[in-house]
Amino acid sequence: MLDFSKNYFELFGLPVEYVVDAEQLAAHYRELQKSVHPDRFANATEQERRLSMQGAVRINEAHETLKDPILRARYLLELNGIEIDNQIETTHDAVFLMEQLELREALEASRQQPDPYAVIADFLLEVNRRINALIGQMALQFESATPEQLAAARENLLKMQFLKKLRYDAESLEAELDDAL
Amino acid sequence: MALLQLSEPGQSTAPHQHKLAVGIDLGTTNSLVASVRSGKAETLPDNEGEHLLPSVVRYTTDGIVVGKAAKAMAATDPLNTIISAKRLIGRGLSDIKSLGSRLPYEFQDAQAAVPRIITVRGPVSSVEVSSEILKTLVKRAADSLGGDLEGIVITVPAYFDDAQRQATKDAATIAGLKVLRLLNEPTAAAVAYGLDSGSDGIHAIYDLGGGTFDISILRLNRGVFEVLATGGDSALGGDDLDHVVAEWIMQQAGIEQDADHAMLRQLMQIACKAKESLTEQDHVVIEVSLADGAVWTGDLSREQFNILVDPLIRKTLAPCRRALRDAGLSAEEIEDVVMVGGSTRVPRVRELVGEFFRTEPLVSIDPDRVVAIGAAIQADILVGNKPDSDMLLLDVNPLSLGLETMGGLVEKIIPRNTTIPVARAQEFTTFKDGQTAMAVHVLQGERELVSDNRSLARFELRGFPPMVAGAARIRVTFSVDADGLLSVEAEEQSSGVKASVEVKPSYGLTDGEIESMLKESFEHAQEDMEARKLREQQVEAERVIEALTAALADDGEELLDEDERSRVESALHDLQAIISSGTFAEIKAAVESLEKRCEFYVERRMNVSVRKAMSGHSVNDFE
Repeated sequence: MLDFSKNYFELFGLPVEYVVDAEQLAAHYRELQKSVHPDRFANATEQERRLSMQGAVRINEAHETLKDPILRARYLLELNGIEIDNQIETTHDAVFLMEQLELREALEASRQQPDPYAVIADFLLEVNRRINALIGQMALQFESATPEQLAAARENLLKMQFLKKLRYDAESLEAELDDAL
Repeated sequence: MALLQLSEPGQSTAPHQHKLAVGIDLGTTNSLVASVRSGKAETLPDNEGEHLLPSVVRYTTDGIVVGKAAKAMAATDPLNTIISAKRLIGRGLSDIKSLGSRLPYEFQDAQAAVPRIITVRGPVSSVEVSSEILKTLVKRAADSLGGDLEGIVITVPAYFDDAQRQATKDAATIAGLKVLRLLNEPTAAAVAYGLDSGSDGIHAIYDLGGGTFDISILRLNRGVFEVLATGGDSALGGDDLDHVVAEWIMQQAGIEQDADHAMLRQLMQIACKAKESLTEQDHVVIEVSLADGAVWTGDLSREQFNILVDPLIRKTLAPCRRALRDAGLSAEEIEDVVMVGGSTRVPRVRELVGEFFRTEPLVSIDPDRVVAIGAAIQADILVGNKPDSDMLLLDVNPLSLGLETMGGLVEKIIPRNTTIPVARAQEFTTFKDGQTAMAVHVLQGERELVSDNRSLARFELRGFPPMVAGAARIRVTFSVDADGLLSVEAEEQSSGVKASVEVKPSYGLTDGEIESMLKESFEHAQEDMEARKLREQQVEAERVIEALTAALADDGEELLDEDERSRVESALHDLQAIISSGTFAEIKAAVESLEKRCEFYVERRMNVSVRKAMSGHSVNDFE
């Protein structure tokens, strides 16, 4: 029986750290699913099939969380007793918020550019660069794991959520241009 | 790693006992059945050596005819001869009516949830028609393999929604078959290729059929096929290529747009033949008999053909780019592209797809049979013939699943391209004091507003104890199993009152609807945001009005003098007046204004309740 008391990192046999070895994560994911996936129990009893479904769901959830840098950060903070309510909380870093406004304006302006695809591609590179910079900072913050550093990681997570939304909007704009073809 | 202390897969099977299992490609135009024999997966022919079974069923007073013989009568006995049942499966009468004049059938115009076609043998549903095709294929397999089948795998388009999947499974149930798994068609094709070539890496499956287009991106690693993203354009296929060629002929030959049906049908057939000829030849001579008896002759070169079809082929590349994005990959990271579906025989399709993915597309397996072969391989493993097999398929849900929340908005619970099986829960609360029931409305689609998505099911959670607004904790859990089928459960946490539904609607999304829904969701992302903001503000305003009205009824008499009371009431009326007609900003301003104007009352109430809480006695005791 899959041990549901284990946290996601333990489930995947990974150290509880922000930096995750993607290769290892993927390999452990495949191994775990090979042993619990419902396809392995197509001819088993009803009860076994239910357990298998539960296990596969748990593993998918854990995998989804660990492979995404934002979900992973949130989960690690939770393990440290720090929860975030998305509905209410946001960053109050004025400089960062100003930058967000400017980025949004730049994205909106790309519609009027002669080659909007190129502008959006560059824009996405820039957004990803910023997300990666935050990931780098968070790695250090989680490593030291002092209350101050964890609070800083929390602030970075709030910022990453902004950037993620921006990335989503840029991709949506690109899709919209596709459809207009 | 012993994760589950259970019997090993296949252990219950006696050693060396080979179980009979097949894979079925239940297609719109043709269907196939395949099986693994002596370690090799192959499609099974009928007595006359034909592998493809036309997906046509004819109902006569003497019996039911399936396949070639039925197809031959499609023109002479259209009302009793059902073609393309796959277009109808999992869909309601209103969806079917939107297909309109293209279907010659007479529908039983009842309020029944499942639409039925009237035939000489009585009314039949698309599920029953599909089950006849399945029965025919299973009989062919049983005859040819020499025994009863232990299990089957049926393929469905990756873009099939919950209703269509459920209806397909129902068809198998009606045919008395044990379905081991519903398998997505592109994934099946990947299995046929992947195991054939044994190549680990990231692959794209480009599946252009007669009327639909699917793209799947997946990673193959030591027998594990992990679908990373899927996408498509379900209103685009080989038929559309024929159509542009037919239009070109009409232009060249000076045939008017209002030509009769016979002429149009002739043109479509000629166009289709020309397309097929141009696969091998550089140009083709076209002859059309005109209405006045004359014969028009023209020459269509491959260059001209390419110019005609290019816009359509390029339209398939947008979903490819989107699927890459969802998978978090660039085109360079795709190792190879597997071509599936008859329309990928067109050289220009191969050329443009090759250019996009920067690799020569793989075409070594017959694109018509590759899906059935993949399904057969999966069936062989699921039935337990290969206990040592490493193969495992991890698929995703093609469309987001969500719930209706206040104000006609959709809260996404499981986003598209999430690996299945998956279960996600979300907590909701009650909106009104004393509420003892809550409606749960399950939706599928990408848009923000309920009305723009497909409704899958509705049910009610009833009989939990009355509580003040916001105190109930209703946890709604969505579960999607490995077949991609959804079930939903709702439970009020404090009382344990439960309700659940196997989402089994009698209709589904039309392919065109799914596609246009996806498109619209991108096009209207901005619009949706605006609409959402407005609805949220309206909901907020309703909440304020309700709370204030309740307060007035409760202690207005006691705490307010006449003048104060009329001030509060006029503020209330101002907000009520604007709630349905105002813009986001106007309603927001009105709410703020009301809050300001009633601040004194709110403070007064708070003081009273604090005093009550402190005393545990009547307020007067402190005075």
